[in-house]
Amino acid sequence: MSQVTVPRPREISQDRVDEAKYNFNKILSEKNIDLPPQNIETLQINITKLCNQTCLHCHVDASPKRKEQMDLESVDRCLEILTSNQSIKNLDLTGGAPELNPHFDYLVKEATKLDKHVMVRHNLTVTIDGNPVTGETKEYLPEFYADNRVEVISSLPYYQEYFTDKQRGKGVFEKSIESILLLNEQGFGKQGTGLELNFVYNPVGAFLPASQESLEADFRRELHKKYAIEFNNLFVITNLPINRFKQQLKRLGAYDEYMEKLVNAFNPSAAQGVMCRSLISVSHDGKIYDCDFNQMLEMDVIIDHEPMTIFNFDYEKLVNRRIMFGSHCFGCTAGSGSSCGGATA
Amino acid sequence: MEYYDSKDLKRFNEVGKFSEDLMKKFFDYYNAAVGEDGALTKREKALIALAVSHVKRCPYCIDSYTTQCLESGADPEQMTEAIHVAASLEAGITLIHGIQMHNSLERNGAL
Repeated sequence: MSQVTVPRPREISQDRVDEAKYNFNKILSEKNIDLPPQNIETLQINITKLCNQTCLHCHVDASPKRKEQMDLESVDRCLEILTSNQSIKNLDLTGGAPELNPHFDYLVKEATKLDKHVMVRHNLTVTIDGNPVTGETKEYLPEFYADNRVEVISSLPYYQEYFTDKQRGKGVFEKSIESILLLNEQGFGKQGTGLELNFVYNPVGAFLPASQESLEADFRRELHKKYAIEFNNLFVITNLPINRFKQQLKRLGAYDEYMEKLVNAFNPSAAQGVMCRSLISVSHDGKIYDCDFNQMLEMDVIIDHEPMTIFNFDYEKLVNRRIMFGSHCFGCTAGSGSSCGGATA
Repeated sequence: MEYYDSKDLKRFNEVGKFSEDLMKKFFDYYNAAVGEDGALTKREKALIALAVSHVKRCPYCIDSYTTQCLESGADPEQMTEAIHVAASLEAGITLIHGIQMHNSLERNGAL
């Protein structure tokens, strides 16, 4: 499997054809739906593309070979933005494995001091594997998360080994269970502790997810029965057809079928709840995007002919921008909708 | 002419060309029976449909209900058990006819 996806010229021209064929803006216009930004409530930062895993569907193309890291100057600038913009209540840290950024612990502690709600997209296995480059241990993470009352949000594609390892690599399920039990020991996912542990499900292949309600009930029953695991919520996410997952669909000859399925399942009320209306996404180099997917597609937010970054950050200009949509947005608006917090409708 | 082209499944409603009303009645009944949660969940219905698809050896239905099973939260282990239920029923149905054979043997004075 390739570690870094670099689109070739033929793929770029094919991407243009795909965009014209599955035109999200056209559907919005036909259905008379307008999706302007609302107040920015969440600052989501992709602080590193380095990861101890190489997952089949990773839209970031993260892996142990990636080197991109947010530097300390940018981390401090993000903290200034959080300080001076009271409407931004949440800090959502993602990657890669965000814990592999050298300034991760500092950022979490400082944001907590600012009374922000800190969420970490924690892949579970990093606690067991440690840093794949330096070998540094990450065993302290469950206690660190409890001390800073971080909301832990973790991908767990299924409550069984087969689907989980198929998507995230051999041995990932076993390590994930070990890591979840360490989080449970700290009180995460347990009633009355206020320590939130949420799981994320996304389908292993070219199919839409089942309902969040039914899958959450399955996860809760099976994980408790087999491992006595407790958790708060299951967020169900649709696979967005970009990067590695798009390549997989193309290889399987299933891209058009998948896109048609997403387009046919377009749900106007799910569209109203898309996360890009109340979130901005920051890349490791400080650029601002409408969401993490637009970031990976390098769809820069351009305001006054300049890319908006954390260094020329302007809240008013951002809430008055036009959000940029593409064919991948059909993934967020299909069926019950999909966001970093699960279903939206 | 090719038989069982997977693209033909999308043309299912063309069967209504000469009898639109009957086809509509069929689809309404079909969607209500299979496509909605009832006393059985959509997942349970999809697993039953997958088993029937194998018994009736319909490649369109196998494709369709494999996806339906996945999209209703079933996993390959459950799906495989469903087709074993179908296979064991088929074996049992074959074997129970052995009694009919015995009855014939008896009539022929061979039992």
